[in-house]
Amino acid sequence: MIRFENVSKRYPNGFEALHGVTLSIGQGEMVFVTGHSGAGKSTLLRLIPLLERPTSGQVLVAKTNLARFTRRRIPQLRRRIGMIFQDFRLLYDRSVFDNVALPLVIDGLPHAEIQRRVRAALDKVGLLAKEQAYPVTLSGGEQQRVGIARAVVSRPPILIADEPTGNLDPGLSEEIMRLFQDFNRVGVTVVIASHDLDLIGRLGHRVLTLEKGRLIDDWPGRNG
Amino acid sequence: MAASAGRPSRLRLWLRGLLGGHARALVGALGRLYRAPLPSLLTAGVIGIALALPTGFLLLLSNVGTLAGGWEGGPRISVFIHKDIRAERYTALADELRRDGEIAETTLITPEQALAEFRNGSGFDDALALLEDNPLPAVIVVQPRPELAPEQIEALAERLRGLKEAELVQLDRAWIQRLHTLMELLRRGIWVVAGLLAVAVVLVVGNTIRLDFLSRREEIVIVKLLGGTDAFIRRPFLYEGLWYGVGGALLAAVLVEAARLLLAGPAQELAALYGSGFSLGGLGLSGFCNLLFIGAALGLLGSWLAVGRHLASIEPR
Repeated sequence: MIRFENVSKRYPNGFEALHGVTLSIGQGEMVFVTGHSGAGKSTLLRLIPLLERPTSGQVLVAKTNLARFTRRRIPQLRRRIGMIFQDFRLLYDRSVFDNVALPLVIDGLPHAEIQRRVRAALDKVGLLAKEQAYPVTLSGGEQQRVGIARAVVSRPPILIADEPTGNLDPGLSEEIMRLFQDFNRVGVTVVIASHDLDLIGRLGHRVLTLEKGRLIDDWPGRNG
Repeated sequence: MAASAGRPSRLRLWLRGLLGGHARALVGALGRLYRAPLPSLLTAGVIGIALALPTGFLLLLSNVGTLAGGWEGGPRISVFIHKDIRAERYTALADELRRDGEIAETTLITPEQALAEFRNGSGFDDALALLEDNPLPAVIVVQPRPELAPEQIEALAERLRGLKEAELVQLDRAWIQRLHTLMELLRRGIWVVAGLLAVAVVLVVGNTIRLDFLSRREEIVIVKLLGGTDAFIRRPFLYEGLWYGVGGALLAAVLVEAARLLLAGPAQELAALYGSGFSLGGLGLSGFCNLLFIGAALGLLGSWLAVGRHLASIEPR
């Protein structure tokens, strides 16, 4: 589903975030990317929806070389990838419902279909009762669940999450990770950057470890 | 079966989605303007005044044109007849001239008719009554054929001057020509001003949209993250610009109409003094539609330019 072939990324300021990374993530896999801060986790994730372009090497998503996506075609790619952020990235002047509906509005779905799907997504993350609430009135865990509902509402085949539990306490973190496992169980490819080794270890999925921009370990997980 | 039934319905779904998206953006943009009524009104007001000025001037000019049109119909040559020429002679002369190849029409104004007209028009009734006999000469008004060039008309006037019955031959063209030249000059001037004000409208809308666009940077970033196309991001701003333009045009129409109503009374009185039934014409439906169209187009252009300039500069980080 996702392949990196000898990918390097050097930022304009000279910092080399990734160095010759080669990896492959299969369809329906759930993978954690870990490492110290500055090890290149975020950069690795950002290359997948073309938030960055690699300096050298190739990234392939669903067998398509991302170099082929011109600026104009990037939206097509991003609609097939659900993204979840550490800082949630919600619209604070819109209700929970409107936030979750945004990807479907962008897709141009009819109103009735939008309502149906948003309710289903909110139900899945347990926030159906709060659809008219505004994000500021919600707790951090709830806000992140709104973010997750928004990421999955258009049923993308890939979910990527950059430190999704970075701002949450351990109990909530585990709850959020369980949600990702649920989506993974129905066939969604999930890539999560996290430095919460404790939690990652307990979940037992494949773990990629980065250090100073190099892939230094690829643990296949308890079942792999 | 499923595939053949699925294609048109997908197309329809896509179309409905597109139309729905446009409707949403249209109404959404109006809603945003409504939620910040004062700034929106101020912007629309500036646009309204900028549109009202040239509209009002052009309207005034077209009214002057209508008024001058009453005297139009090409140049005329007035042939004043010697006092001692008898009525039969100048009546016959008018008929002769009518048959001339260069003359379209002649109108004979007898001294009696001239006096009657003068009496009605001037209010010198009492003074005229004191005169023993009619001091006014007979006049043959000659209308040259419309296809004649100015030099040919001049030549015709020269030929008429040669008539022994003619005391004075006057070509009544100069002042109409001057009026038309003056009006043409004014029209050009107004179009130049209108052009400048149109640029001002584009800049005002552009600047307003630019500020709005930049203040919604975070939202635009999120929409880009979720796969929103440039067209999707641009759409609500274009409609916002459209609303500004339409609102400004409506305001301009109100301003122009109000000015016309203020001026209509005095204008009519003035016209009545000159014995004319003239009244100030308004924008009319087509003028109103033009104004609305121009306002909308300028609004769209302004927001298009503003958004186009900044769309690429806002990228997710």
